[in-house]
Amino acid sequence: MDIDVKKVAMLARIRLTDSEADELGPQLGNILGYIEKLSEVNTDGIAPTAHPHDAAMPLRANVVTNSNRRDALQAIAPRVESGLYVVPKVIE
Amino acid sequence: MPFSSLSEIKARLDAGETTAVEVAQLYLDRIKAHNDQLNAFVHLDAAHVLAQAQASDAYRAKHEPRPLEGLPIAVKDIFCTQNGPTRCCSTILEGFEAPYDAHVITRLKEAGAVLVGKTNMDEFAMGSSTETSAFGVCRNPWDISRIPGGSSGGSASAVAAALAPAALGTDTGGSIRQPASLCGITGLKPTYGRVSRRGIIAFASSLDQAGPMTRNVRDAAMVTAAMAGHDSGDATSVADAPALDWLAACDKRDMTGLRIGKPKEYFVDGMDEGVRAAVEAALQQCEALGAEIVDISLPHTEYAVATYYVIAPSEASANLSRYDGVRFGHRCNEPEDLLDMYTRSRDEGFGAEVKRRILTGAFALSSGYYDAYYLKAQQVRTLIQQDFLQAFEQVDVIATPTSPVTAFAVGEKTDDPLTMYLADIFTIALNLAGLPGMSQPCGMVDGLPVGLQWIAPAWREDLLLGAASAYEASTDWSKQEPQAFAANGGEA
Repeated sequence: MDIDVKKVAMLARIRLTDSEADELGPQLGNILGYIEKLSEVNTDGIAPTAHPHDAAMPLRANVVTNSNRRDALQAIAPRVESGLYVVPKVIE
Repeated sequence: MPFSSLSEIKARLDAGETTAVEVAQLYLDRIKAHNDQLNAFVHLDAAHVLAQAQASDAYRAKHEPRPLEGLPIAVKDIFCTQNGPTRCCSTILEGFEAPYDAHVITRLKEAGAVLVGKTNMDEFAMGSSTETSAFGVCRNPWDISRIPGGSSGGSASAVAAALAPAALGTDTGGSIRQPASLCGITGLKPTYGRVSRRGIIAFASSLDQAGPMTRNVRDAAMVTAAMAGHDSGDATSVADAPALDWLAACDKRDMTGLRIGKPKEYFVDGMDEGVRAAVEAALQQCEALGAEIVDISLPHTEYAVATYYVIAPSEASANLSRYDGVRFGHRCNEPEDLLDMYTRSRDEGFGAEVKRRILTGAFALSSGYYDAYYLKAQQVRTLIQQDFLQAFEQVDVIATPTSPVTAFAVGEKTDDPLTMYLADIFTIALNLAGLPGMSQPCGMVDGLPVGLQWIAPAWREDLLLGAASAYEASTDWSKQEPQAFAANGGEA
């Protein structure tokens, strides 16, 4: 299978170098080629699995259960100012 | 002492023959002497270990001991632990310190355990050999030119070499059972939903489950008993899971009348003949102990690996989108703009195998391919579950080899990702079905351990523990020690 590996990588927000793309492209093709084995299986009318035990998701009351830990959580951020995460400018 | 089980150490602590500090010091000394050869531990704070041991001795002086009082347990680097690094053995988490403990870490601390270091693993648990770690390759104590299995290879290597009497692992497609098998120890993957996933760095959320890696079956039960239980902070932790008496399940040691299913799809051409012979011999032993061996079929087994390599990478591509250089983890230098920051931080921070999985998942979920890949895989997953449900109408448990081969050489499978994926051919199906599984030692081939895998219906870990403890009592395979790391040899 021929895949535009750089395009797929951009969907995943990964910028591959040319040499990475040259290596990953054929590998991805092999992996997806193996996966095509699944097309042999007749799955007409078979429900897709949504949960390993077919369990419903639990609900909880909509109340605050945690305390404010902003300082601890931001202590591990690459760049913070005045309690805000700083990233490159997005609006001119 | 170093090769003692948790149960034996507990008995000595309870009898006042040793202290938690003495026990902790013994293992710290062994780590110091042997870790350079094995690379099983990637972080170790000896002062913190001794402080926990002192606190445990102080607690014991005043109170009844808790279930794991003073017992050292090593922790895979995938579990968030406060006050120290948690890296998932990835460059992208360089400098990361978790702001909270994983739920199971809290549970083990409440049970009195002394947590020892962080163990090596494949980056983000994606691998079967512990060769993709940002901290370098981990080694198998039975032959250090070989891999320990993966992804929980550091935990397996540490327990097998008695650098710790027990360790925590996680298992998404075999990552507890396969390294346990290749290192000659016991590993248990509980039923999906039995153990909280909160604070365990997510790989594939519908498959991930944490469990113990130990020297024997009863130790696995002791640790699982402390880990298991509902956590309202994990929506997939099951609230009404049937409770088990974990230790009682190990005490009967009687297989009389147990119906053991032997699936023909797990005894195939291409597997190591020595492994086949060891597992066949183990099943004959079970028959001699009173069990009935029933030939069964799990017809969709051959599609399990393909199904897994759609579902797990798809979930991983979503889970790993959080590593964007904004809130934690690696950020590239001097990004030009936001997109450059995301794409370059992620290219620099993730290793090759993690990128392969993210790309596989992104492709499977992308427009135009979703139905053919993701939806199809979830349908085949239903068929794989149905295979097991039908089999469990005929039998109580299923027994198979854990791995088709013994430990392979470092570098042997790294050139071809697909060959590496097929190493998990016997462990993946039960993750897809959410079932509990266990590996225990059942033989040696050319000096390398072979593992016997048990599979039970959902919530019936008691059946795994019952069968495995009965088999264990009748053989010596769990008592083997790698000579290079024996208690009175190899000390530097």
